[in-house]
Amino acid sequence: MDLIIPVSIIGGLGIIFGLGLAFASKKFEVKVDERVAKIREVLPGANCGACGQTGCDGFSEGIVAGKCSVSGCPIGGKQVAALIAQIIGADAGTMEEKTARVMCNGTDSSCANKFRYSGISDCTAAANLYGGPSACSYGCLGMGNCVTVCGFGAIVVENGVAKVIQEKCTSCGKCIKACPKKIIEMVPVCNEYSVSCKSLDKGNIVRINCSVGCIGCGKCTKVCTVNAIKLSGSLAEIIPELCMNCGECTKVCPTGSITRKNLSLCKKTGELK
Amino acid sequence: MKDFIILIMGAILVENFVLVKFLGICPFLGVSKKLDTAIGMSVAVVFVMTIASAVTWILNEFLLVRYGLDYLQTIAFILVIAALVQFVEIVLKKVTPPLYRSLGIYLPLITTNCAVLGVALINIQREYSFLKAVSYSFGAGLGFTLALILFAGVRERIEHSDVPESLKGLPITLIAAALVSVAFFGFQGLFSN
Repeated sequence: MDLIIPVSIIGGLGIIFGLGLAFASKKFEVKVDERVAKIREVLPGANCGACGQTGCDGFSEGIVAGKCSVSGCPIGGKQVAALIAQIIGADAGTMEEKTARVMCNGTDSSCANKFRYSGISDCTAAANLYGGPSACSYGCLGMGNCVTVCGFGAIVVENGVAKVIQEKCTSCGKCIKACPKKIIEMVPVCNEYSVSCKSLDKGNIVRINCSVGCIGCGKCTKVCTVNAIKLSGSLAEIIPELCMNCGECTKVCPTGSITRKNLSLCKKTGELK
Repeated sequence: MKDFIILIMGAILVENFVLVKFLGICPFLGVSKKLDTAIGMSVAVVFVMTIASAVTWILNEFLLVRYGLDYLQTIAFILVIAALVQFVEIVLKKVTPPLYRSLGIYLPLITTNCAVLGVALINIQREYSFLKAVSYSFGAGLGFTLALILFAGVRERIEHSDVPESLKGLPITLIAAALVSVAFFGFQGLFSN
Protein backbone atom coordinates (compact mmCIF):
# COMPACT_ATOMS: atom_id res chain seq x y z
CA MET A 1 0.00 0.00 0.00
CA ASP A 2 2.93 2.28 0.79
CA LEU A 3 4.05 1.84 -2.77
CA ILE A 4 0.76 2.10 -4.60
CA ILE A 5 -0.27 5.60 -3.51
CA PRO A 6 2.91 7.47 -4.54
CA VAL A 7 3.22 5.52 -7.79
CA SER A 8 -0.39 6.14 -8.68
CA ILE A 9 -0.15 9.85 -7.81
CA ILE A 10 2.97 10.48 -9.86
CA GLY A 11 1.78 8.17 -12.61
CA GLY A 12 -1.63 9.78 -12.51
CA LEU A 13 -0.12 13.25 -12.75
CA GLY A 14 1.91 12.11 -15.75
CA ILE A 15 -1.15 10.70 -17.47
CA ILE A 16 -3.23 13.79 -16.71
CA PHE A 17 -0.55 16.14 -17.98
CA GLY A 18 0.04 13.95 -21.02
CA LEU A 19 -3.62 13.89 -21.92
CA GLY A 20 -3.94 17.58 -21.16
CA LEU A 21 -1.07 18.43 -23.48
CA ALA A 22 -2.41 16.16 -26.20
CA PHE A 23 -5.78 17.84 -25.90
CA ALA A 24 -4.23 21.32 -25.84
CA SER A 25 -2.11 20.67 -28.90
CA LYS A 26 -5.24 19.66 -30.80
CA LYS A 27 -7.35 22.47 -29.43
CA PHE A 28 -4.73 25.17 -29.99
CA GLU A 29 -3.38 23.78 -33.21
CA VAL A 30 -1.88 26.37 -35.52
CA LYS A 31 -2.28 25.48 -39.15
CA VAL A 32 0.95 25.96 -41.04
CA ASP A 33 0.71 26.21 -44.79
CA GLU A 34 2.62 23.19 -46.07
CA ARG A 35 3.84 25.22 -49.02
CA VAL A 36 5.93 27.33 -46.64
CA ALA A 37 7.99 24.30 -45.64
CA LYS A 38 8.29 23.19 -49.25
CA ILE A 39 9.52 26.57 -50.43
CA ARG A 40 11.92 26.74 -47.50
CA GLU A 41 13.48 23.49 -48.70
CA VAL A 42 14.28 24.71 -52.20
CA LEU A 43 15.78 27.99 -51.00
CA PRO A 44 19.57 28.19 -50.68
CA GLY A 45 19.35 28.69 -46.91
CA ALA A 46 22.08 31.31 -46.63
CA ASN A 47 19.73 33.58 -44.63
CA CYS A 48 21.50 36.52 -46.23
CA GLY A 49 18.47 38.78 -46.34
CA ALA A 50 19.05 39.91 -49.92
CA CYS A 51 15.34 39.37 -50.63
CA GLY A 52 14.49 42.09 -48.10
CA GLN A 53 12.98 39.63 -45.62
CA THR A 54 14.47 38.53 -42.31
CA GLY A 55 15.83 35.36 -43.83
CA CYS A 56 14.84 32.30 -45.83
CA ASP A 57 11.97 31.52 -43.42
CA GLY A 58 10.58 35.02 -43.72
CA PHE A 59 10.89 34.87 -47.49
CA SER A 60 9.00 31.58 -47.76
CA GLU A 61 6.20 32.98 -45.62
CA GLY A 62 6.23 36.15 -47.68
CA ILE A 63 5.76 34.25 -50.92
CA VAL A 64 2.82 32.25 -49.63
CA ALA A 65 1.26 35.44 -48.24
CA GLY A 66 1.78 37.04 -51.64
CA LYS A 67 4.10 39.74 -50.32
CA CYS A 68 7.20 38.57 -52.19
CA SER A 69 7.75 37.75 -55.81
CA VAL A 70 8.78 34.19 -56.72
CA SER A 71 11.95 35.53 -58.29
CA GLY A 72 12.78 37.55 -55.18
CA CYS A 73 15.74 35.38 -54.18
CA PRO A 74 18.80 36.69 -56.02
CA ILE A 75 21.04 33.89 -54.77
CA GLY A 76 18.83 31.08 -56.03
CA GLY A 77 18.28 32.87 -59.31
CA LYS A 78 16.20 31.38 -62.09
CA GLN A 79 16.44 27.80 -60.91
CA VAL A 80 14.97 28.49 -57.51
CA ALA A 81 12.39 30.87 -58.95
CA ALA A 82 11.18 28.08 -61.25
CA LEU A 83 10.99 25.60 -58.37
CA ILE A 84 9.05 28.04 -56.19
CA ALA A 85 6.73 28.83 -59.07
CA GLN A 86 6.04 25.11 -59.39
CA ILE A 87 5.14 24.84 -55.73
CA ILE A 88 2.72 27.73 -55.63
CA GLY A 89 1.59 27.34 -59.21
CA ALA A 90 2.57 30.73 -60.57
CA ASP A 91 4.61 32.00 -63.46
CA ALA A 92 8.29 32.27 -62.68
CA GLY A 93 8.62 35.44 -64.71
CA THR A 94 11.85 36.60 -66.19
CA MET A 95 14.76 37.55 -64.05
CA GLU A 96 17.78 39.38 -65.25
CA GLU A 97 20.96 38.02 -63.74
CA LYS A 98 23.13 40.62 -62.13
CA THR A 99 26.51 40.84 -60.54
CA ALA A 100 28.27 43.28 -58.28
CA ARG A 101 31.12 45.22 -59.83
CA VAL A 102 33.72 47.44 -58.20
CA MET A 103 33.80 50.70 -60.13
CA CYS A 104 37.40 51.60 -59.38
CA ASN A 105 40.61 50.63 -61.03
CA GLY A 106 43.04 52.63 -58.91
CA THR A 107 45.61 50.05 -57.84
CA ASP A 108 48.48 50.89 -55.51
CA SER A 109 50.67 51.69 -58.51
CA SER A 110 48.18 53.83 -60.42
CA CYS A 111 46.66 55.82 -57.56
CA ALA A 112 48.98 57.48 -55.07
CA ASN A 113 48.44 57.83 -51.33
CA LYS A 114 48.14 61.26 -49.74
CA PHE A 115 49.32 60.04 -46.31
CA ARG A 116 50.43 56.87 -44.58
CA TYR A 117 47.49 55.32 -42.77
CA SER A 118 48.31 53.20 -39.74
CA GLY A 119 44.91 52.86 -38.09
CA ILE A 120 42.76 49.76 -37.96
CA SER A 121 42.29 47.98 -41.26
CA ASP A 122 38.70 48.94 -41.92
CA CYS A 123 37.40 50.95 -44.86
CA THR A 124 34.81 52.88 -42.85
CA ALA A 125 37.33 53.87 -40.19
CA ALA A 126 39.84 54.91 -42.84
CA ALA A 127 37.21 56.84 -44.79
CA ASN A 128 36.38 58.82 -41.67
CA LEU A 129 39.94 60.08 -41.49
CA TYR A 130 40.17 62.81 -44.15
CA GLY A 131 38.39 60.51 -46.61
CA GLY A 132 41.02 57.82 -46.37
CA PRO A 133 44.66 57.55 -47.39
CA SER A 134 43.95 57.22 -51.10
CA ALA A 135 44.79 60.37 -53.10
CA CYS A 136 41.46 60.05 -54.89
CA SER A 137 38.68 60.71 -52.44
CA TYR A 138 36.26 58.59 -54.47
CA GLY A 139 38.43 55.51 -54.92
CA CYS A 140 38.65 52.07 -53.34
CA LEU A 141 40.55 51.99 -50.05
CA GLY A 142 41.36 48.31 -50.41
CA MET A 143 40.90 47.32 -46.79
CA GLY A 144 38.29 44.81 -47.67
CA ASN A 145 35.08 45.63 -45.82
CA CYS A 146 33.31 44.12 -48.81
CA VAL A 147 35.47 40.99 -48.57
CA THR A 148 34.46 40.56 -44.93
CA VAL A 149 30.72 40.86 -45.49
CA CYS A 150 30.64 38.68 -48.60
CA GLY A 151 29.25 35.32 -47.52
CA PHE A 152 30.24 33.65 -50.75
CA GLY A 153 33.94 34.49 -50.97
CA ALA A 154 33.30 36.37 -54.19
CA ILE A 155 35.45 39.44 -53.52
CA VAL A 156 39.21 39.68 -53.27
CA VAL A 157 41.52 42.65 -52.83
CA GLU A 158 44.26 42.75 -55.44
CA ASN A 159 46.92 45.48 -55.45
CA GLY A 160 44.81 47.64 -53.19
CA VAL A 161 41.58 47.39 -55.16
CA ALA A 162 38.64 45.11 -54.45
CA LYS A 163 37.64 42.82 -57.27
CA VAL A 164 34.45 40.80 -57.68
CA ILE A 165 34.81 37.24 -58.90
CA GLN A 166 31.71 37.13 -61.07
CA GLU A 167 31.51 33.34 -61.12
CA LYS A 168 30.92 33.36 -57.36
CA CYS A 169 28.86 36.54 -57.04
CA THR A 170 25.23 35.90 -56.15
CA SER A 171 24.20 39.57 -56.33
CA CYS A 172 23.00 39.68 -52.74
CA GLY A 173 24.11 43.31 -52.49
CA LYS A 174 25.77 43.14 -49.09
CA CYS A 175 29.05 44.58 -50.38
CA ILE A 176 27.20 47.57 -51.80
CA LYS A 177 25.94 48.42 -48.34
CA ALA A 178 29.31 47.78 -46.70
CA CYS A 179 31.33 50.06 -48.98
CA PRO A 180 31.76 53.51 -47.43
CA LYS A 181 32.82 54.94 -50.78
CA LYS A 182 29.78 53.57 -52.64
CA ILE A 183 31.86 52.34 -55.54
CA ILE A 184 30.29 48.90 -55.87
CA GLU A 185 27.37 48.71 -58.25
CA MET A 186 24.96 46.06 -59.40
CA VAL A 187 25.12 45.58 -63.16
CA PRO A 188 23.66 42.97 -65.51
CA VAL A 189 25.99 39.99 -65.90
CA CYS A 190 25.80 40.46 -69.67
CA ASN A 191 27.38 43.88 -69.54
CA GLU A 192 30.92 43.47 -70.66
CA TYR A 193 32.22 47.00 -70.34
CA SER A 194 32.02 49.44 -67.50
CA VAL A 195 33.63 52.73 -66.54
CA SER A 196 35.82 51.73 -63.63
CA CYS A 197 35.87 55.13 -62.01
CA LYS A 198 33.56 57.01 -59.72
CA SER A 199 35.51 60.23 -59.35
CA LEU A 200 33.45 63.38 -59.69
CA ASP A 201 36.60 65.52 -59.61
CA LYS A 202 37.50 67.64 -62.62
CA GLY A 203 39.65 65.97 -65.24
CA ASN A 204 42.91 67.72 -64.35
CA ILE A 205 42.59 66.75 -60.68
CA VAL A 206 41.78 63.13 -61.59
CA ARG A 207 44.90 63.09 -63.77
CA ILE A 208 47.10 64.26 -60.89
CA ASN A 209 45.67 61.70 -58.44
CA CYS A 210 45.20 58.62 -60.55
CA SER A 211 46.55 57.39 -63.86
CA VAL A 212 43.51 55.25 -64.69
CA GLY A 213 40.65 57.57 -63.70
CA CYS A 214 37.98 58.94 -65.98
CA ILE A 215 38.86 62.52 -66.92
CA GLY A 216 35.61 63.23 -68.68
CA CYS A 217 37.10 63.89 -72.11
CA GLY A 218 34.00 62.55 -73.84
CA LYS A 219 35.79 60.57 -76.54
CA CYS A 220 33.80 57.45 -75.67
CA THR A 221 30.46 59.25 -76.02
CA LYS A 222 31.35 60.27 -79.56
CA VAL A 223 32.54 56.85 -80.65
CA CYS A 224 29.55 54.98 -79.23
CA THR A 225 27.12 54.13 -82.04
CA VAL A 226 24.12 53.50 -79.82
CA ASN A 227 24.54 56.49 -77.47
CA ALA A 228 24.93 54.20 -74.50
CA ILE A 229 27.49 56.43 -72.80
CA LYS A 230 26.52 59.64 -71.18
CA LEU A 231 28.74 62.22 -69.59
CA SER A 232 27.57 63.54 -66.25
CA GLY A 233 29.90 66.31 -65.17
CA SER A 234 33.33 64.90 -65.78
CA LEU A 235 32.46 61.25 -65.44
CA ALA A 236 31.39 58.91 -68.20
CA GLU A 237 28.66 56.38 -67.47
CA ILE A 238 27.58 53.37 -69.48
CA ILE A 239 23.85 52.73 -69.61
CA PRO A 240 23.60 48.93 -69.36
CA GLU A 241 20.29 48.65 -71.22
CA LEU A 242 21.67 50.30 -74.34
CA CYS A 243 25.22 48.95 -74.45
CA MET A 244 25.91 46.49 -77.28
CA ASN A 245 29.28 45.31 -75.93
CA CYS A 246 31.11 46.45 -79.09
CA GLY A 247 34.13 47.66 -77.15
CA GLU A 248 34.86 50.77 -79.27
CA CYS A 249 34.93 52.94 -76.15
CA THR A 250 37.81 50.99 -74.59
CA LYS A 251 39.90 51.56 -77.68
CA VAL A 252 39.61 55.35 -77.57
CA CYS A 253 39.78 55.89 -73.80
CA PRO A 254 43.04 57.78 -73.18
CA THR A 255 43.40 56.67 -69.54
CA GLY A 256 42.06 53.15 -69.83
CA SER A 257 39.33 53.68 -67.30
CA ILE A 258 36.79 51.73 -69.35
CA THR A 259 37.55 48.10 -68.67
CA ARG A 260 36.35 44.80 -70.00
CA LYS A 261 35.06 42.13 -67.69
CA ASN A 262 34.69 38.43 -68.19
CA LEU A 263 31.51 37.49 -69.99
CA SER A 264 31.61 33.72 -69.59
CA LEU A 265 28.53 33.74 -67.35
CA CYS A 266 26.29 35.54 -69.76
CA LYS A 267 24.03 33.18 -71.65
CA LYS A 268 23.19 35.87 -74.18
CA THR A 269 26.82 36.20 -75.32
CA GLY A 270 26.15 34.41 -78.57
CA GLU A 271 23.29 36.67 -79.60
CA LEU A 272 25.17 39.85 -78.79
CA LYS A 273 28.31 39.36 -80.76
CA MET B 1 1.38 45.16 2.13
CA LYS B 2 4.75 46.09 3.60
CA ASP B 3 5.55 42.40 4.02
CA PHE B 4 5.02 41.75 0.34
CA ILE B 5 7.17 44.67 -0.77
CA ILE B 6 9.99 43.51 1.49
CA LEU B 7 9.55 39.96 0.22
CA ILE B 8 9.79 41.02 -3.44
CA MET B 9 12.66 43.46 -2.92
CA GLY B 10 14.47 40.84 -0.86
CA ALA B 11 14.05 38.27 -3.63
CA ILE B 12 15.43 40.76 -6.15
CA LEU B 13 18.39 42.17 -4.26
CA VAL B 14 19.28 40.24 -1.11
CA GLU B 15 18.47 36.75 -2.34
CA ASN B 16 19.13 37.27 -6.02
CA PHE B 17 18.72 33.82 -7.50
CA VAL B 18 21.59 34.05 -9.95
CA LEU B 19 24.14 36.18 -8.15
CA VAL B 20 23.60 35.15 -4.53
CA LYS B 21 21.97 31.71 -4.66
CA PHE B 22 23.80 30.66 -7.86
CA LEU B 23 20.76 29.09 -9.46
CA GLY B 24 20.13 29.29 -13.19
CA ILE B 25 23.76 29.94 -14.08
CA CYS B 26 23.44 28.18 -17.43
CA PRO B 27 21.00 30.64 -19.04
CA PHE B 28 22.80 33.45 -17.20
CA LEU B 29 26.00 32.70 -19.09
CA GLY B 30 24.30 31.38 -22.21
CA VAL B 31 21.98 34.17 -23.24
CA SER B 32 23.62 37.24 -21.73
CA LYS B 33 25.67 37.96 -24.84
CA LYS B 34 23.20 40.45 -26.19
CA LEU B 35 20.74 42.71 -24.45
CA ASP B 36 17.71 41.80 -26.54
CA THR B 37 18.08 38.04 -26.08
CA ALA B 38 18.64 38.64 -22.37
CA ILE B 39 15.36 40.53 -22.15
CA GLY B 40 13.52 37.80 -24.07
CA MET B 41 14.81 35.12 -21.74
CA SER B 42 14.04 37.16 -18.63
CA VAL B 43 10.45 37.81 -19.60
CA ALA B 44 9.98 34.08 -20.21
CA VAL B 45 11.52 33.24 -16.82
CA VAL B 46 9.38 35.72 -14.88
CA PHE B 47 6.32 34.35 -16.61
CA VAL B 48 7.07 30.67 -16.00
CA MET B 49 8.37 31.15 -12.44
CA THR B 50 5.21 32.90 -11.30
CA ILE B 51 2.84 30.39 -12.85
CA ALA B 52 4.94 27.37 -11.84
CA SER B 53 5.13 28.43 -8.20
CA ALA B 54 1.36 28.86 -8.04
CA VAL B 55 0.71 25.42 -9.54
CA THR B 56 3.36 23.63 -7.49
CA TRP B 57 2.10 25.24 -4.29
CA ILE B 58 -1.42 23.96 -4.95
CA LEU B 59 -0.12 20.53 -5.90
CA ASN B 60 1.99 20.31 -2.76
CA GLU B 61 -0.71 21.52 -0.42
CA PHE B 62 -3.62 19.46 -1.69
CA LEU B 63 -1.95 16.32 -2.95
CA LEU B 64 1.53 15.65 -1.62
CA VAL B 65 1.14 16.84 1.97
CA ARG B 66 -2.27 15.23 2.33
CA TYR B 67 -0.91 11.78 1.47
CA GLY B 68 2.41 12.29 3.27
CA LEU B 69 4.41 12.26 0.05
CA ASP B 70 6.64 15.27 0.73
CA TYR B 71 9.69 13.30 -0.42
CA LEU B 72 8.28 13.25 -3.96
CA GLN B 73 8.39 17.06 -4.25
CA THR B 74 11.39 17.23 -6.59
CA ILE B 75 10.15 14.74 -9.14
CA ALA B 76 6.55 15.96 -9.01
CA PHE B 77 7.61 19.59 -9.43
CA ILE B 78 9.83 18.80 -12.38
CA LEU B 79 6.90 17.03 -13.99
CA VAL B 80 4.62 20.00 -13.35
CA ILE B 81 7.10 22.58 -14.63
CA ALA B 82 7.88 20.64 -17.80
CA ALA B 83 4.21 20.10 -18.59
CA LEU B 84 3.38 23.69 -17.76
CA VAL B 85 6.06 25.11 -20.04
CA GLN B 86 4.86 22.89 -22.88
CA PHE B 87 1.29 24.00 -22.29
CA VAL B 88 2.20 27.68 -22.15
CA GLU B 89 4.15 27.28 -25.38
CA ILE B 90 1.21 25.69 -27.18
CA VAL B 91 -1.20 28.36 -25.96
CA LEU B 92 1.11 31.27 -26.77
CA LYS B 93 1.69 29.94 -30.27
CA LYS B 94 -2.03 30.08 -30.90
CA VAL B 95 -3.04 33.18 -28.97
CA THR B 96 -0.16 35.62 -29.39
CA PRO B 97 2.22 34.56 -32.18
CA PRO B 98 4.35 37.74 -31.81
CA LEU B 99 5.08 36.99 -28.14
CA TYR B 100 5.72 33.34 -29.02
CA ARG B 101 8.19 34.37 -31.70
CA SER B 102 10.00 36.85 -29.46
CA LEU B 103 10.38 34.28 -26.66
CA GLY B 104 11.48 31.76 -29.27
CA ILE B 105 13.83 29.05 -28.07
CA TYR B 106 14.01 30.42 -24.52
CA LEU B 107 10.61 29.17 -23.48
CA PRO B 108 11.37 25.42 -23.87
CA LEU B 109 14.83 26.04 -22.43
CA ILE B 110 13.28 27.07 -19.12
CA THR B 111 11.97 23.53 -18.59
CA THR B 112 15.42 22.59 -17.41
CA ASN B 113 16.17 25.83 -15.59
CA CYS B 114 17.05 25.01 -11.98
CA ALA B 115 16.04 28.49 -10.80
CA VAL B 116 12.40 27.65 -11.54
CA LEU B 117 12.58 24.38 -9.62
CA GLY B 118 14.57 26.12 -6.90
CA VAL B 119 11.96 28.78 -6.28
CA ALA B 120 9.20 26.16 -6.13
CA LEU B 121 11.12 24.16 -3.52
CA ILE B 122 12.09 27.22 -1.44
CA ASN B 123 8.43 28.29 -1.32
CA ILE B 124 7.56 24.98 0.30
CA GLN B 125 10.58 24.90 2.62
CA ARG B 126 9.78 28.31 4.04
CA GLU B 127 6.10 27.45 4.36
CA TYR B 128 4.92 30.56 2.54
CA SER B 129 1.21 31.16 2.08
CA PHE B 130 -0.10 31.00 -1.49
CA LEU B 131 0.05 34.76 -2.09
CA LYS B 132 3.48 35.05 -0.52
CA ALA B 133 4.76 32.16 -2.61
CA VAL B 134 3.54 33.76 -5.82
CA SER B 135 4.95 37.19 -4.98
CA TYR B 136 8.28 35.71 -3.86
CA SER B 137 8.52 33.83 -7.18
CA PHE B 138 7.63 36.95 -9.10
CA GLY B 139 10.39 38.80 -7.22
CA ALA B 140 12.83 35.98 -7.91
CA GLY B 141 11.99 36.27 -11.61
CA LEU B 142 12.59 40.02 -11.50
CA GLY B 143 15.91 39.38 -9.75
CA PHE B 144 16.87 37.00 -12.55
CA THR B 145 15.91 39.72 -15.04
CA LEU B 146 18.00 42.32 -13.24
CA ALA B 147 21.04 40.04 -13.08
CA LEU B 148 20.75 39.03 -16.72
CA ILE B 149 20.28 42.56 -18.03
CA LEU B 150 23.09 43.96 -15.87
CA PHE B 151 25.39 41.22 -17.00
CA ALA B 152 24.45 41.60 -20.67
CA GLY B 153 25.56 45.22 -20.33
CA VAL B 154 28.84 44.13 -18.74
CA ARG B 155 29.46 41.60 -21.47
CA GLU B 156 28.79 44.08 -24.21
CA ARG B 157 31.47 46.26 -22.66
CA ILE B 158 33.88 43.31 -22.48
CA GLU B 159 33.35 42.73 -26.22
CA HIS B 160 34.87 46.10 -26.96
CA SER B 161 37.76 45.98 -24.53
CA ASP B 162 41.24 44.61 -24.89
CA VAL B 163 41.18 41.24 -23.11
CA PRO B 164 44.40 39.22 -22.64
CA GLU B 165 44.55 36.35 -25.12
CA SER B 166 44.35 33.59 -22.51
CA LEU B 167 41.25 35.08 -20.87
CA LYS B 168 39.21 35.66 -24.03
CA GLY B 169 35.73 34.16 -24.14
CA LEU B 170 34.37 32.23 -21.17
CA PRO B 171 37.22 32.86 -18.65
CA ILE B 172 36.76 36.63 -18.61
CA THR B 173 32.99 36.11 -18.52
CA LEU B 174 33.27 33.97 -15.39
CA ILE B 175 35.56 36.51 -13.72
CA ALA B 176 33.13 39.30 -14.56
CA ALA B 177 30.22 37.20 -13.24
CA ALA B 178 32.11 36.68 -9.98
CA LEU B 179 32.70 40.42 -9.59
CA VAL B 180 29.04 41.26 -10.25
CA SER B 181 28.12 38.59 -7.71
CA VAL B 182 30.48 40.08 -5.11
CA ALA B 183 28.82 43.44 -5.68
CA PHE B 184 25.43 41.89 -4.94
CA PHE B 185 26.67 40.52 -1.63
CA GLY B 186 26.70 44.16 -0.54
CA PHE B 187 22.90 43.90 -0.22
CA GLN B 188 23.14 41.32 2.56
CA GLY B 189 21.37 42.56 5.65
CA LEU B 190 19.43 45.24 3.76
CA PHE B 191 16.24 44.18 5.55
CA SER B 192 16.32 43.01 9.14
CA ASN B 193 13.97 40.11 9.76
